[in-house]
Amino acid sequence: MSKINHIIKREYLSRVRKKSFIIMSILGPILMAALFIVPALLAMMDTDDEKTVAIADYSNHYKTSFKDKEKLKFVFVNIDSVENLKLNFTKAKYYALLIIPDSTSANNIQLLSNMQPDINTKMYINSMIEGKLRSEKLLALGIDETKLNSINVNVDIKTIKIKSDGSEQISSTEVIMGVGFVAALIIYMFIFIYGAQVMRGVIEEKTNRVVEILVSSVKPFQLMMGKIIGIAMVALTQFALWIVLTLTIVSVAQLAMNDAKVVKTPTEQMMQASNVPSDMQNMDKKGDFLSDAMSTLANLPFGLMIFGFIFYFLGGYLLYASLFAAIGSAVDNETDTQQFMLPLTVPLILSFVMAQFIIQNPDGPLAFWFSIIPFTSPIVMLMRIPFGVPAWELILSMVLLAATFLGTTWLAGKIFRIGILMYGKKVNYRELWKWLRYDN
Amino acid sequence: MDILEIKNVSKSFVNHKALIDIDLSIPEAKIFGLLGPNGAGKTTLIRIINHITMPDSGEVLLKGQRLNSSHISRIGYLPEERGLYKKMKTGEQALYFAQLKGLSRADALKKLKYWFEKFEIGSWWNKKVEELSKGMQQKVQFIVTILHEPELLIFDEPFSGFDPINTNLLKQEILELKRKGSTILFSTHNMASVEELCDNIALINKSKKILDGDLHEIKETYKSNVFDITFQGNFDKFSASLSANYQIIEVSNKNGNTTGRFKLLNETTTNQLITELLPYGHIVSLNELIPSVNDIFIKLVEEDIPNKG
Repeated sequence: MSKINHIIKREYLSRVRKKSFIIMSILGPILMAALFIVPALLAMMDTDDEKTVAIADYSNHYKTSFKDKEKLKFVFVNIDSVENLKLNFTKAKYYALLIIPDSTSANNIQLLSNMQPDINTKMYINSMIEGKLRSEKLLALGIDETKLNSINVNVDIKTIKIKSDGSEQISSTEVIMGVGFVAALIIYMFIFIYGAQVMRGVIEEKTNRVVEILVSSVKPFQLMMGKIIGIAMVALTQFALWIVLTLTIVSVAQLAMNDAKVVKTPTEQMMQASNVPSDMQNMDKKGDFLSDAMSTLANLPFGLMIFGFIFYFLGGYLLYASLFAAIGSAVDNETDTQQFMLPLTVPLILSFVMAQFIIQNPDGPLAFWFSIIPFTSPIVMLMRIPFGVPAWELILSMVLLAATFLGTTWLAGKIFRIGILMYGKKVNYRELWKWLRYDN
Repeated sequence: MDILEIKNVSKSFVNHKALIDIDLSIPEAKIFGLLGPNGAGKTTLIRIINHITMPDSGEVLLKGQRLNSSHISRIGYLPEERGLYKKMKTGEQALYFAQLKGLSRADALKKLKYWFEKFEIGSWWNKKVEELSKGMQQKVQFIVTILHEPELLIFDEPFSGFDPINTNLLKQEILELKRKGSTILFSTHNMASVEELCDNIALINKSKKILDGDLHEIKETYKSNVFDITFQGNFDKFSASLSANYQIIEVSNKNGNTTGRFKLLNETTTNQLITELLPYGHIVSLNELIPSVNDIFIKLVEEDIPNKG
């Protein structure tokens, strides 16, 4: 037993001390934090110059329709000077020139600029003109605009889960989908990255011929398990570091920004820029959504999810890592791994590709079978847990996963034992089958 | 007493038989040479002794006990194809292997220090292995093999990659280990080192043992009564009057001396030859041609071919 501890220790320390591990541990959270922070930062640094749009209104109909807003001003110009303005547009320092022809139909309105006018400006102008025309038409039809607005309804269905004891729980499908998807993505990534590390480690020992020295001291199975466990601990360390560092960076950044200015999220920025009418309703909805999201998060079965995450992460990793180790032992170099990698990557990729369908119907037959079959369950079950999974399905899936990883580890051990001492032989599936049937 | 007994060991792989009914006894505190052409089955036999591969039939006894995994710490094995982790520091790595052999950290450190000093690689303790020359890496591997002071040491081609000075250093260490009571099983194609070091040898060819025993006795068995006599005088006159008890194999002249290679027939002795030779001149030297291990090896392996059938 102490031998396997030495192997675990070496596998762990040799990887954790590597520069690439340290870089990845620091870079990972920075990249993740950047996803949250950079849009906010960019929004903060949004110091665009004030834009002035010149309006040449041939219809003389929109005199009062254009309201200035922050960083966007409107100036009416004499229609006689339009041709002149066009010729000397760059000198005039206008952002754009809006030409409204002499017609109330609002067709053939042109927005001229020496560059491509941005979408916010265009949408704003659009809404101004539409608003004006709309009120006029309402007036012409004798409809009272305030009455009309009052019949606008806004439907927001709250999803509420009834628990077995009859109590109700507000839950947001979007949040649950997000949480499940992120958990599945992390497991998928870690199985691939660290499973491949196990394989590369075995190939390295084999090509370096270290293995010849090792097997005279330890059993091949000890060597394989030591490597698999050691690398699992590297994965968990990296994962823990990422969580801690990401939280630290995000909260430090938030503090810093809160001090500077009240930060608007990118979505708020967008809404403001386009200045959509019924702004107030939107804000209300948003507030609702946020509080729903918060209560959903608070009501998620966190205990079960953390347990599930750790169980399926370790189970899935052990299942695949032992097979990766067997592949590494059977080949002489990494280029020979292709033919054996395919059967391993297909179920992993498949379960990830299926994720979008599964998440839309988390109790359907596809979700059920994928979360029971051990080769896909580590990824798929994690997406289902936040939606609530019947206990028997969960237990069946876990038992099957545990049984399968014991089985694959045993099989992989048989291949590994022979493979690590086999050189210069092109191994195919028939050969592997023969190795499996050796008694000793 | 025999430290290791190999009884009727056979091992087959998918397409061929690697070992057929091998019987070997390795006496304690001796150096035992395991010889054989490439692919004869030596590495398979060594792996069986190391409990890495299991025999299909037969058994291996270490001091009378059937070999099991607890014996591993009593055996030190230096494989032919050997390597180290390139990116790991030398000292740390040696410590790792020593601990895998069951030594405590403190014990291993103390011993490693001694051997690193002795082999003059102490200053490389904190260097990565990839910075070491091949010879230095071999030294580290040798140290790791013997560090836990095993009763049985197995060296597979220990001298490959060493310069003559280090080869000599290693030979001295091997003899020293024998003097301290270790048994050494030694597999090599370097016949000169076999002559120099081995007490006993075994020859394996085509998965079968074709010869084993005391090196000296084997040589006695295979000598063919051939003598080189260097001689000053009238050789032609002598050879004309030679009796039928001798056969002259070849004659050469050098520096005024004549050297004749004689095969003694019909149980004649060298004394008789000398008596017959004396009237014709003056004898400078007389040497018996004892077959080298190399000669015996080649002779037996080549003779083995037609027998296979």
